[in-house]
Amino acid sequence: MAGSASEYIQHHLQNLTYGKLPAGYERADGTVIEDTTWTLAHTAQEASDMGFWAVHVDSLGWAVGLGVLFLFLFRMAAKRATSDQPGGLQNFVEVMVEFVDNSVKETFHGKNKVIAPLALTIFCWIFLMNLMDLVPVDFLPQLFHLAGADYMKVVPTTDVNVTLGMSLSVFFLIIFYSLKVKGVGGFLGELTLHPFSSDNLVLKILLVPVNFLLEGVSLIAKPISLALRLFGNLYAGELIFILIALLPLWAQWTLSVPWAIFHILVITLQAFIFMMLTIVYLSMAHEDSH
Amino acid sequence: MNINLTMIGQAIAFFIFVVFCMKYVWPPIMAALQERQKKIADGLAASDRAARDLELAQEKSAQELREAKQQAAGLIEQANKRAAQIVEASKDDARKEGEKLIEQARAEIEQERNQARDALRAEIAAIAVAGAEKILETSVDASKHNEMLEKLAAEL
Repeated sequence: MAGSASEYIQHHLQNLTYGKLPAGYERADGTVIEDTTWTLAHTAQEASDMGFWAVHVDSLGWAVGLGVLFLFLFRMAAKRATSDQPGGLQNFVEVMVEFVDNSVKETFHGKNKVIAPLALTIFCWIFLMNLMDLVPVDFLPQLFHLAGADYMKVVPTTDVNVTLGMSLSVFFLIIFYSLKVKGVGGFLGELTLHPFSSDNLVLKILLVPVNFLLEGVSLIAKPISLALRLFGNLYAGELIFILIALLPLWAQWTLSVPWAIFHILVITLQAFIFMMLTIVYLSMAHEDSH
Repeated sequence: MNINLTMIGQAIAFFIFVVFCMKYVWPPIMAALQERQKKIADGLAASDRAARDLELAQEKSAQELREAKQQAAGLIEQANKRAAQIVEASKDDARKEGEKLIEQARAEIEQERNQARDALRAEIAAIAVAGAEKILETSVDASKHNEMLEKLAAEL
């Protein structure tokens, strides 16, 4: 734990970034790159200078690893799934599946084979990614530091890229199903003819921009709020864990234990909210409400 | 807080995971769940049916028992009647037999009395003749006085 408190915090909030540095870039250690290179960033400045063409190796690695873990467990249960007496793993998986299935059935009344597995994936995956927040903040980064990695953020959902990646996927699904169910005309009509409507044709046309502005904002707000809600909650939780870790060792448990216990709730709740909102948005996309 | 390719990578991973889940995880588990539901429903229906069958069987057995009891009662009554008839008939026979015997005995007794009376009569006639002989000191010709003697005997 070298350096001042702010350095410690900064260090913990920096992703391990692999990206493109332009030719002629002067690196942190003073060397100048001759050609455009793909490399790991050594400092936060380097990482941000990489711009869009960079990948957070830690976020993606943990996210994919946890996703694979989730699918591996569930696939194992699915392979051995029997209608007779279920084993322990199958019991657990069935509870999850039924819980998600009920949530979907309560909200979404149409026919769609994608939504339920999508909701299950979202819930389990986000839950697992959030769960990494309960691993002591220095434990895994220190391990990776010994292995040679400069930065390691182990909670993928504290990376806004991860949450945005998921919420934008959901957003595209919303657009896709809106167009598929209502058609282009129906979808455009929904965006432009409501909530303000008039029987007078001229007035109707005049109201189109107003409606479009309102509906457009509410449409775009969906993925943004979805991503930022999850990101904000987990980021704040992680930050508090980091702050607690700045306390003297003997005092840490007095705060970290209650916060961790409270965080179990947050973790589950955020995963659930992301899943529920996805279901709600997609069911709204399926409904011809106007 | 850099927005970068991670977002796209995450979206791709997300897409792959969802497709995998949709193809290989969700259907088998739902199938198992539905099959179990069906099994349980079938089991419940079967137990219902079995309970109903049991009730029917109990009713049937009770009915058969009742019928058997009735039959048995009928048989016993018949037997009793028959026994009574037999007793009555044998009583009748016995009475008739007895009467016949009595009749016979009476006839025999009558016969014997008549014989005895006849014998007595003859005896008395002989005694009377003997007495008269004694009285007359002469022998009485039995053949001559037979008529008188018979008259006497008839008077006795």
